[in-house]
Formats: sequence, structure tokens, C-alpha cells
Amino acid sequence: MRTAKQIENSAHKSYASPNDQGYYGKFGGAYIPEMLHRNVEELRSRYLDIIYEEGFQKEFRELLKDYAGRPTPLYFAGRLSERYGAKIFLKREDLCHTGAHKINNTIGQILLAQRLGKKRIIAETGAGQHGVATATVCALKGVECIVYMGEKDIERQAPNVARMKMLGATVIPATSGSKTLKDATNEAIRDWINNPNDTHYIIGSVVGPHPYPDMVARFQSVISEEIRWQLNEKTGGEIPTHVIACVGGGSNATGAFYHFLDEPSVRLIAVEAAGQGLDTGYSAATTALGRPGILHGSKSLVMQTQDGQVTEPHSISAGLDYPGIGPLPAYLFDSGRAKFLSATDQEALEAAFELAKLEGIIPALESAHALAKLRYLSAVALSPRAEIAKQDEEFLFDRDSVVIICLSGRGDKDMAAYMKKMENEK
Amino acid sequence: MKRIDELFKKKKDKILNMYCTAGFPHLEDTLNVMKALQENGADIIELGMPYSDPLADGPVIQHSNTVALQNGMTIKKLFEQLSGLRKPNSALSDGSIAIPVLLMGYMNPILQYGFEKFCSDASTLGVDGLIIPDLPEYEYETEYGSTIKKYGLDFVFLVTPETSEERVRKLDQLSTGFLYAVSSSSTTGKDQNMTDVKKHLQNLKRLKLKNPILVGFGIKDKQSFDAACEDANGAIIATAFIKALEGADDIGKTTKNFLNAS
Repeated sequence: MRTAKQIENSAHKSYASPNDQGYYGKFGGAYIPEMLHRNVEELRSRYLDIIYEEGFQKEFRELLKDYAGRPTPLYFAGRLSERYGAKIFLKREDLCHTGAHKINNTIGQILLAQRLGKKRIIAETGAGQHGVATATVCALKGVECIVYMGEKDIERQAPNVARMKMLGATVIPATSGSKTLKDATNEAIRDWINNPNDTHYIIGSVVGPHPYPDMVARFQSVISEEIRWQLNEKTGGEIPTHVIACVGGGSNATGAFYHFLDEPSVRLIAVEAAGQGLDTGYSAATTALGRPGILHGSKSLVMQTQDGQVTEPHSISAGLDYPGIGPLPAYLFDSGRAKFLSATDQEALEAAFELAKLEGIIPALESAHALAKLRYLSAVALSPRAEIAKQDEEFLFDRDSVVIICLSGRGDKDMAAYMKKMENEK
Repeated sequence: MKRIDELFKKKKDKILNMYCTAGFPHLEDTLNVMKALQENGADIIELGMPYSDPLADGPVIQHSNTVALQNGMTIKKLFEQLSGLRKPNSALSDGSIAIPVLLMGYMNPILQYGFEKFCSDASTLGVDGLIIPDLPEYEYETEYGSTIKKYGLDFVFLVTPETSEERVRKLDQLSTGFLYAVSSSSTTGKDQNMTDVKKHLQNLKRLKLKNPILVGFGIKDKQSFDAACEDANGAIIATAFIKALEGADDIGKTTKNFLNAS
């Protein structure tokens, strides 16, 4: 097996790696107030040395294996494949400890925080998945954990709030602004400003000031690292034709794309949350609706008003309900390396029920957005089949295609939404 | 000569820089508040442009931003209000604002307005300088600084007790007007340990920087203002004043009472 360093060296520099100042093309950077400079600079100057140090890699890999349950299976979804006319594999991140890919990053960051001598961990969370993954690793390492969560999300996501508390974390409601994920992120950043010495901020996605996007991307890249050798075991080739993943901030998509970025034959497809529809005013599809701007410390695409005030997004999936996107996904969009599509709340719900019935797997609503595009991208006639836009035709797949879908999380947390759908259809 | 340089030439100490949020407490209060500050002894006005996500600010200033945005404040609207800033007998009943005015705000709304247009319009209106906490020095040097200079605007960087000596010197070199000394461990509006602030300021003093130094964060009354002024050229009062303005009926009277009590 190749080492992480070898794989990292083989990755396409212009896509996977930002420049020294954290820019991917025109996106990235570290737009932070001076009060955060020392902390961010400390991270920037040390993160690569720390995470590629032998002892770190050993502990990281052991925890991923024995604690998080990696490698997660690459599962050939036979009935789904039959329906859509391709060889479809699901990368089962839903089988990770805590139920989603988020733990890959929090394990990496808690080990990093320890090596930086930090005694206190803060995090932001929307639906609570990253909050739970952070509370989990803090319990594992016996470190104080404070999670900021929008007041509205606390009401909506009671079971995850209870999980965090049971794991020993303190959950602090973010009561400013719109009282959701973006405000929880603001509060976490303010906490960091006010506690500059002993605290490490575990950001949950490939967002934030440099070096966070690159650091989180590297921790999540284990997803595509595994896909390559697993696919080789199953098909005799490492390279799929398509990789499809949902995008909010972009951490699972980045992880699933990472080691394919320099394989031009692989079609990378990112699926955003269209919410109730792109033109309804209730959407979270940042590349479709956003403009270049600065949010949470980096230049990227941001959903905002004409006057540059950040707007409140909408998605049925709390994990995709974010008005920005990481600078690397923004660059993949801007450069055309990845194709960005969107799925509505309704399409995601239907895709979740379809996977449950065809494969016996209840996916998270986030992951269901990726599944929802199978119908659109299938070249095999299905009835009813959506008209495909001309510019999307090259992304169609057929019976010879090998399609990987990143199943980023499991659906337990979304049962209320699924029950509501069943109730409505009675 | 630039207004800020002129001020520091005339007055070496106890410079009072007052912060207010544009469009707060009511949309049309911007100029009234500025005028009241000028009349009651402010030497500089730092005018905050409201933003939905003001990262460096504590709850009181955040709230004033939210209220101002709900009132309908935008950069465009603000620039309309400031059209009479330097013109005697225009929007103001009995004269214009003569003291230096800096705009304080975050990058995103400025980018959407258009960075160069923003600098050009601000300069035409008679604004003297900018404070943009989330514009870091690398981007300032490589992209935005030349535009700011082109329109003759001063740009003020922040330094904290954690800013290394080398970096303080660099930020001092890049800043014009003055240097803004803040506590590292604080968003706006937190109480500060004045002994630590003093140590920070004495360290800065030893460096013999080119710019005057104003102290921000944690200055709330006469006592903390005087203490800060012992080792700096002046100080900035923000949160305490915004708190006083909240729910004020008479802007003039509230400002007068606040500054005379301070």
C-alpha cells in the first residue's frame, strides 16, 4: 500500500493543493482579523509537518481502523445498478462510527490539537453531525469540548444535542443573526478570538481560513484513497468513470474526489441542495445562486444580497444548509473540473426511499441528494426520464460505466423527515 | 495635508476616537450621531458599516449591525447620507463635519459594491481612511492597498499583544494615519485587564513606530480612557457608546451625557 505522503505527492498540484497563501485559483486565502493571526499562522506553519509525521500517521491510521471502523466498504449496489443501467458502487461512509464521514476529520484534528498543546476544543455544527463527531473524539481524548449550534438548529435536532451532551460536550446556542449554522460558525470564531492560547477550533468542512480547507481535505481524502484500491480489488482497475457526491461546504465531496482530481477521465459530479427549487428563494445551491465573496475567512462563492449581506439558505437537509462552499469546490466549479448539479428537497426524499427499498440502506438526506441525480444522468431509458441539458450530456453514464456514489451518512437522524413523508402519502 | 495627520500634529495625546454604527439606532440617525459626537469633543469618528456577519465584534455591536440592516442601511444608502459630510449648511442644519472620519467594515459588502468604486466614492465624499479588520496584510499588499492609496485614503491595521515585533513593524509601515492597538483575546465589548493593556502599550512605545497609537477594545469610561492615554496617543470608545444609544430618544442629549460623563 502506498503511504499517504506518496499519494499526496501524486495528486495534481493545481487542483488538490492550494498555493502558499491558501489560494485555489482565485478562491481561498485567510481573511481573518489580526486577533486570529497567531493561531492561524501557528496552524499554517505546522500542520503539514505534524500530520505527515510518522507517529501521527500511525495513531491516525489506527484510530481510523479500530475506532472509526475504516476502511468503510465499497459496496456494489446490484439492484440500483440494474435500475439505472451502470455499475454503481456505494462508498459506505454511513457505516463510520457516529454515522457519517465527519469523524475522519475530527480524529485528525484532535490528534493535531494535542500536538499543538491545546486543552480546549471548540466546534460549530448545523445538524449536529460534526458536533457529535467532535464531542466523540474529545471524549476519547478526555479534552473539554464546546459546540456552538444555532438556536433554531438546537430545536430542530434534539437527538443530536442529547448525544453531544451525553458525550460530555457543552452545547452553546448561537443567538445572533439567523441563529443557524453560519451564526454558529461566527460564534465559534469569536470564541477562538477570546481564547487564543489554549483552544483549537475544529472546523467541520473544507471551509474557513487557510490552512483549514487543505487540512480538512487531506483528512477526508482517505475516502478516495480507499475507493482506489477497493475498486481495483473488485474490478481490476482503480479508476471509475464517475464519482458523485453531495456538497454543502464540500467535505465529503472533496474526500471522494481528492485522489481522482488528476485523473481527467473521471467525471466528478457535485450535487447541491436546490431546496424547494433554484428560483423559489428557498435554496442552498451556492454555485447556482452565489457570487464571489468572503465568508468565514476565505474567498469563495457566497449566497448574498446585492449589498453583500449573507443570506439564509434553505434545504431539507441541515448538513447542506450553508450559504457558502469551500474554496476548493468553488475552484472545481469555476475551472469546470467538476460538474455541479442540484437536487430539490422532494427529489432527495424520493431518492432516500428508493435506496431504502432497493438496497435496504436508509441514507442521510444529504447523501440522498447525490443519489437523486442517478435518474438524470442515466443514459438507459427510464420512464419518466428527465430531459438532460445539452451541456450535461457528456456526464451521462451507461452500462459500461463505473459510478461511485459517496454515501456520506446514514439516515437515522432524518427519520422525522422520512416519517412526515410517509404520513403525507397515507 | 491629510485630516488625520493634521489632527495628530496639532494634538499629541488624549485623542478621542468615537465609534458609531451607520443607520443606528434609526436609519436617518447617522449624521445626527456624528454631529453630536463632533460637538461634544470627539476628535475622530469611526463609522461602522453594518454587516450580517461581523466576526470581530461582540454582541452589542453585532446587534447594532442587525438593527441598522433591518433599518435598510447599505453602503449605497450610507454614501447618499454622507453627501453633505464636508459641505457646510447642507444636510446638517448648522455646518458640516470637520473632524476626520474613518469607515470601518468587513470585506464582503465592500467587494460587492466594487472595491475601487468604494474607495473612489468614499474619497470624493471626504472620508479620510478605512479600517477593514478582515483585510489581511498579504491581500492588502498584493491586491487592494494600491487602490486605497490611489484615492488618498488612510488605512489602519490592528495590532495585538500577540503580534510579533517584526509583524508590528511591518503593519506600522503599511498603516497610515494611526495604528490600532487591540487586546488579542477579545471581540469588541469585553472588559479588559488594564494592567495587561498597559504592558502591551509600553511594549509598542518602545518600538518607536512611525504612526501614533490609538487603543481600542475595552475602553468604556473616563477612567479606562485616561489609563489607556497614559501610554498611547488616544483611545477608541465603541461598545459603551452603542449601548448608550440603544433606545435613546434624543441623540444629542444622550451623546452629550455620555461624553461628559466619560
